[in-house]
Amino acid sequence: MVTLSTGSVILVNVAKFLTRRAFSTSRIVEAQQMTVRDALNTGLDEEMERDERVFLLGEEVAMYDGAYKISRGLWKKYGDKRVIDTPITEMGFAGIAVGAAMAGLRPVCEFMTFNFSMQAIDQVINSAAKTFYMSAGKVNVPIVFRGPNGAAAGVAAQHSQCFGAWYSHCPGLKVVSPYTAEDHKGLIKAAIRDPDPVVVLENEILYGVAFPVSDEAMSKDFLVPIGKAKIERPGSHITLVAHSRAVELSLDAAKELAGEGIECEVINLRSIRPLDEETIVKSVIKTNHLITVEQGWPQCGIGSEVCARIMESEAFYHLDAPVIRVTGVDAPMPYTKSLELAALPQPHDIVRAVKRVLNVK
Amino acid sequence: MKAAMRPQDSIISAYRVHGWTYLMGVEPVGVIAELTGRQSGCVRGKGGSMHMYAKNFYGGNGIVGAQVPLGVGVAFAAKYSGTDGVCLALYGDGAANQGQIFEVYNIAKLWDIPCIFVCENNGYGMGTSAERGSASTAFYTRGDYIPGIWVDGMDILAVREATQFAINHCISGKGPLVMETMTYRYSGHSMSDPGTSYRTREEVQDVRQTRDPITSFKEKILTAGLVTADELKKLENDIRVTIDEAVKKAKTDNEIGLDELPCDVYSAPLEPTVRGITPWNNLEHKRLGPAVNLH
Repeated sequence: MVTLSTGSVILVNVAKFLTRRAFSTSRIVEAQQMTVRDALNTGLDEEMERDERVFLLGEEVAMYDGAYKISRGLWKKYGDKRVIDTPITEMGFAGIAVGAAMAGLRPVCEFMTFNFSMQAIDQVINSAAKTFYMSAGKVNVPIVFRGPNGAAAGVAAQHSQCFGAWYSHCPGLKVVSPYTAEDHKGLIKAAIRDPDPVVVLENEILYGVAFPVSDEAMSKDFLVPIGKAKIERPGSHITLVAHSRAVELSLDAAKELAGEGIECEVINLRSIRPLDEETIVKSVIKTNHLITVEQGWPQCGIGSEVCARIMESEAFYHLDAPVIRVTGVDAPMPYTKSLELAALPQPHDIVRAVKRVLNVK
Repeated sequence: MKAAMRPQDSIISAYRVHGWTYLMGVEPVGVIAELTGRQSGCVRGKGGSMHMYAKNFYGGNGIVGAQVPLGVGVAFAAKYSGTDGVCLALYGDGAANQGQIFEVYNIAKLWDIPCIFVCENNGYGMGTSAERGSASTAFYTRGDYIPGIWVDGMDILAVREATQFAINHCISGKGPLVMETMTYRYSGHSMSDPGTSYRTREEVQDVRQTRDPITSFKEKILTAGLVTADELKKLENDIRVTIDEAVKKAKTDNEIGLDELPCDVYSAPLEPTVRGITPWNNLEHKRLGPAVNLH
């Protein structure tokens, strides 16, 4: 174990500060920053202004300004008709939202967290996802289901589940999981304009995080295409594939590894259905090594799907080592703080996994 | 009910909707060929008995109870868009205890949504009689704070008048209404149910002889001299011909091709193919249907 002198420690910390999130933007010409919360808020506002059929419903979205303040100011601007507080009846209001979409409106249905979406999951899957197919292409359902997904902090088992695997399993749905502020703004707008049901998996911890935002992203017509991943950080030794908060953990790990001469290519999936297989395969062909990173549970998770796709693709023949999944621990989320930290992958877990896959000490 | 509906009104129900599909504008062959899963079915055979759709008719829903929130949503959209339309959301005595129905009774009343909740009480939810399934079988009262009316569902004119009343109630700004129509199911629940293990044959016969809606309406209009027996006979013959032709077509028509299996999963597909049985047989995602909410 190497100990650094005080001067080096200061330098390292300054370097950390300066390079923090430096790679996760499209253009860093302007220094304008935006939190994920504001990005979502702006995206919702712009789409509501653009199309009168767009309306937002959910618990506390109106007068409370949103449980996580995502819809702050929207009720004041658009009024009762377009920003609607619902009673605590997920199955009921999700069904109403789906029916409204079938009849031609463009609802944005908020689940306070996706844990509560389980109450309404029949409406999401059987009513929203399958209707276009069952009606032989007659009735499409232009609805957006959005809300925070996955682990937060200190909310225990019933409030911490990741639903990426559950929703991305179903044909008929499109499922996105943004990371940067630009991702959130572009994808919520793309989701609202999409004529099919889209599930937008946000993350409570990310809401308060600020990202640099390009000029392009400030435009009212800025969209991020659904189904396209983004290479947040190019690299040549190993590919890390992640979605949502796990992208941040992967970038942190990549930074640490870069200091030891290991260059990770970090892919931000942005969408998990469709999954951008092409980008992942191309990357693996280049780096010959792959690790998937997610906060959700391992069995049948997003990492499992990525592994399967790699096995079935040309990339298999370019692997120098088996694909490894870094996931949350396969147990319900504990409340105890130290246990919660240990239940979720941290950057040092990713660093260790990379070194093991690359057979480096 | 259809006689009282205006062009801007909608209807949604569960799976026992073959009659409704016809009433909402689909030709008999479109209904019957959908039952046999052929291409002349109203949704090309892809939906089947439980999933038929037409203009202002939102199915055809297999998960009983789920259609009621959907119906409230359709009515909500009518109010939002200012079309003056109402939505009739139909459900059976079996589904009447679904929690989501009570969830949307609440929202419909709170938000003044022009939805008519129609409970078609035919006495049985599959093989469970209403008395064995519901602590309260007064389904028209189950809306609690939503007013409800009880209607003899075997009397065609009563149902028409009640529906007229219900529509007027909704469009005059009085909010939603519950309407229980008392009827009866002669046959079993489905093709695999003879319908005799949970009730007596005498019960079925008795209803058929004394309360049949078509027979009693026929007697009414004959007695009132509105129509002659010969006219009715001709009508019945004409109908029989149409139905026979439809059945013939439904039995002999082709199914859609395998290329339609991956068709219309999405109205705006983002990938050109759909994963097949193996990674070597990916299927081309095609777009065929009109996608009424595309733009």
